[in-house]
Parts: sequence; structure tokens; C-alpha cells
Amino acid sequence: MSKVIEIHNLVKCYKKFRAVDDISLEVEEGEIFGFLGPNGAGKTTTIQVLCTLLKPTAGSAYINGYDCFTQPALVRSCIGLVFQELILDDELTAEENLRFHCYLYGLRRKTIPARIQKVLKLVDLEDRQHDIVRRFSWGMKRRLELARGLLHYPKVLFLDEPTTGLDPQTRYHIWEFIAGLKKTEPITIFLTTHYMEEAEICDRIGIIDRGQIIALDTPAELKKLLPGDIIEAKTRDNQQVWQFLSNKAVLDLTQDNNTLLFKVRDAEEFLPHFIRESPAEILSISIKKPTLNDVFLHLTGKEIRAEEGNIKETWKKWRQAARR
Amino acid sequence: MASGSPPIRHWVLNLIAVYIITLRELKRFLRQKSRIIGSLARPLFWLLVVGSGLSQIIRTQGGVSYMQFILPGILGLTILFSSMFSSLSIIWDREFGFLKEILVAPISRLAIVLGKVIGGTIISTIQGVLIMALIPFLRIPLELSQVIALLLLAVIISFSLSSFGVLIASLMRSLESFNLIINFLIMPMFFVSGALYPIKLLPPPIHIMASFNPLSYGIDAFKNVLLREAGNSPLAPEFPFYQDILFILVFSGIMLVVATLVFSWKKD
Repeated sequence: MSKVIEIHNLVKCYKKFRAVDDISLEVEEGEIFGFLGPNGAGKTTTIQVLCTLLKPTAGSAYINGYDCFTQPALVRSCIGLVFQELILDDELTAEENLRFHCYLYGLRRKTIPARIQKVLKLVDLEDRQHDIVRRFSWGMKRRLELARGLLHYPKVLFLDEPTTGLDPQTRYHIWEFIAGLKKTEPITIFLTTHYMEEAEICDRIGIIDRGQIIALDTPAELKKLLPGDIIEAKTRDNQQVWQFLSNKAVLDLTQDNNTLLFKVRDAEEFLPHFIRESPAEILSISIKKPTLNDVFLHLTGKEIRAEEGNIKETWKKWRQAARR
Repeated sequence: MASGSPPIRHWVLNLIAVYIITLRELKRFLRQKSRIIGSLARPLFWLLVVGSGLSQIIRTQGGVSYMQFILPGILGLTILFSSMFSSLSIIWDREFGFLKEILVAPISRLAIVLGKVIGGTIISTIQGVLIMALIPFLRIPLELSQVIALLLLAVIISFSLSSFGVLIASLMRSLESFNLIINFLIMPMFFVSGALYPIKLLPPPIHIMASFNPLSYGIDAFKNVLLREAGNSPLAPEFPFYQDILFILVFSGIMLVVATLVFSWKKD
């Protein structure tokens, strides 16, 4: 395995604001690497530097061994990109958009039609290839962009929030596609997202906040940062069970209405023991596994989609104000 | 690279890029019917309404009617607008993001500039030729050599104004600047160009502005071909033919170089 992306002490400042603040990172060939963080954390800036669209303030970056700043043309020839916003030519057909891309990347003329058919088939748009892109839905356009990103067989595919603004069904299809791609193509994927569930498919995740990487590991290892699984239990006699539990190795024991809440290091191991020895009959029990969202909350002290929450709250206030 | 075949040579790749960027410009132009109609309506309006109106009150000298006098200017106007508009499509591409698709491709910035400029050149030459079809109706006799000269002129003038447009577009960041360009650049260029009145009749400061205006030389070159009978009257061409051509070519070269440099330096 070789390092296909190398970033050393990368810094990008906009005037006084440090959008990317001393990031170092290595991504192995064939890996799916996810950059996770709230809006404005520096994800897109990092990608734009790697794609040679932005000049960094300090530090260095290499893709496939090429220097992103002194060898931009070589870097560009081995990367594929899907940006946050749609960047298709609406006046051209799907096939023409793809053909344009093939010519820009110097594909041999003879290979072009077969390549185009291959990627169209991958994203299931063969029957719409001669339609003007303006008439496509957002999801179809996104799929077409994914197809285009793969046309020139890039070493690294950058996906900057590829599923933002898509309905859950299309999002699911796109992730299925990306996960499947890894099995068939020798490709490295570098993606950003702020959907926690989506980050689960990554081999490794870098959590980025305020321009710095604050955690970097596999999703499973990241979850181990948390004290453990959360168990919710209802029993005939909560008082008695509380007594029993406080003598065991459980954490954060609390009671909410008639439900006991506590954390254990390993729920699968603890539960049989608990059910066998519980002093009162257990009425219901559930395990909540820690999610990446909990990890993020634990590391940064805030929800990843805090902004959205604020918008919802602002809306609530507005509506209440309007009613008065 | 992942593909098995040997990589295409760099300069060949750039030539292919110029070709495909040009082709995209042409396709987009042909698919926007309103743009074709609009670009032909403007010169016709100037010639048939403004030209015929003013020719009632303006007495001209040297055997050249006012309609005949402004025809080179109207040709210049046609080429000015269509060249600038097609070059300014870069601002649209930037606004809607498509420019990124081109900027992240492994091609030289000169190829991007040339593709846009050649696309604009072809589109405006076609429109210029359509307006030239009106020449026989204005009782200007034409020889074959003049027709060929007009065609070649249309090409180089379109080329120079398209490169100028690409340079302007490369400096602009938003669609809002578009109105600014029309009002403070394109319209003044037209009015200070000798299209509607001879430059030499203008006050000295404006005269100096006109002598830096590429459109002045383009229109003057057309006059050199079309208004041979004007002799020494004020309506006659103002610069020698070779000077017109020289200015247009040197100007185009400078614009291409500067636009390429701006594209290489400026990062969004």
C-alpha cells in the first residue's frame, strides 16, 4: 500500500481567519477517507487546495506523488471531482457533458464512446443520455456528475458533500454506488459529509473543527472514545434495581420517568448477566450504541448540525411571534 | 495514470481542449434562439431606424450617404456586442460553477482562453457576415476582392474584441458586474469609435480616447474597404489601412497574454 494523498502542515488563511490550521494527513491507496465536520470547519478549503484550485498559505500537499502547487497539471490529470454545487452545462445533453470531459482529459478518441456508456450504466442514466441536462432532477444531475468524475479513471475521487440536498432514497443509492465502487475499481475516495450515518462507510474518518483535525481513526475506534453503550430499562421495581446496579460497574446511572438509564462498557456482555441477576422483573430493555454524532458531541461539545438546529429554533420563535 | 495507453502529448491535449471548448460555445449559441435573434435585431434597429432617421437631417459630403457612412460602424457594433457577449459567458460559467470543470482539467490556461476567444470569433464573424448581406441594398458596389477583405477583417476584429472580452470577464467575479460592463465599457466603446460620426470632429480629449479604442480601428478598417469614394471629405477613413490592421493584431496579442496570465494567477 502506498500513500496516495500526503498533506504536511497545511495552512490556509483568508486575511486573519485561519480556515485550515496546520493539517497533516496521509491517505492510503484504495481507502475511503471521510472528512467530517460542521460547515465552515475547513473541509472544502482543504479539498480545493488538494485540487489545485486554491493556493495554500503554508505547508505542502502531494497527490500520487505530484506536488499540488508546483505540478498542478499532473495532479489534475489523476483526480476526479464532485463539488458541493452542481457544475454541469445545462444546455448540453448528458452525453455531451461527458464527451466534453473526455476531450479535456485527453482520452483517446476510440475509447471515448465505450467509456461514456460504461459510466452511464454505472449510474443508471443510459436511457437519458441524449436529453438536455436542464430537464434532469437534482439527483440525476448528481449521478451524472459522479459518472463524469470517474470517466478518466482517476486515482483519487474527491466528493465534497455529494449528497447534500438529496432525498433519502437518492442518498442511499449514491452511497451504495460509492461503497460498491471500491470493490470494483482501484480508486481512493476522499469525501466530506456532515451526515453521520454516511461517514460510517469510510475506512477512516478525520473529524475536523475550526480548521484542525481533532480525531483521526476508523469509525469503530472513534466510537471507543466514548465511555460505552447506553442501556434503557424498565422494571417492576426500579428502586431495588437501582440498588443492584449501583454495586455494579455502571456509569451515569439516572432515572427518567419510569426508565432507568445507565452506561456500560460492553452492553452485549453485561445484559445476560443483568437479566439473570436482576432483583425485580424486567419489563423492557434497549441498547443504544454510540453513534458518530455522540463522538462528535463528545469531542467538540456541540452537535455537528448545530447550525440547522439554530435555524429550526429561530423558526419556532418566528412562528410564536407571528401568533401573538 | 490508470489508463493503459500511452499519454497524449501535452500540446496535442491542449489543442483538443481548444477544439472542445470552442465547440461548446458554438453549440450553446445555436441552442439559444433568443440570443441569435437579439444579436441581429440590434444592428438592424440602428441601421434602419437611427440611420434612416438621421439621414433625413444630416447632409453628407463626398458622395457618401449617411446610411452608407454608418454601415461600417454597424458592422463594428454587431461584432462588438456578439464578441463581448460570448466572452462574458465566462462570468456565467463562473457563477453557475461550470468554469471549475474547465479549471480543474489538466490543460493550460492559454487553451481555455483560446477556446473561448475562437468560439466568440466564429459566432461574431457569422453575425457580421449576415449584416454584410445588407451592403447591396445600400447601393455600395462591391468587388470580389472587397468581399474577401471584409470577411478577413470580420475575423480579426472579432478575434481582437473576443480576447478583450475574455480579459474583462476573467477579472469579473459576479453577474452584477455585467450591467456595469455594458454601460461603462461597451456603450462608450461604441460611441467613441467613429461609428456614427468621424473621430476627427470630436473634441481632443475624446479624440485621444478614441485612438486607444480597438473598435475605432476595426470600424476604420471597414471604412477603408467600403468608403473608397469618400476621398478627402470628413467622412473618409482616418487612419491608413495598415495601421488599422497592425493595431488590431498587436492589441489581440496583448489581450491574449494578459488574459492567460490573469487566469493563471487568480484563484477563486
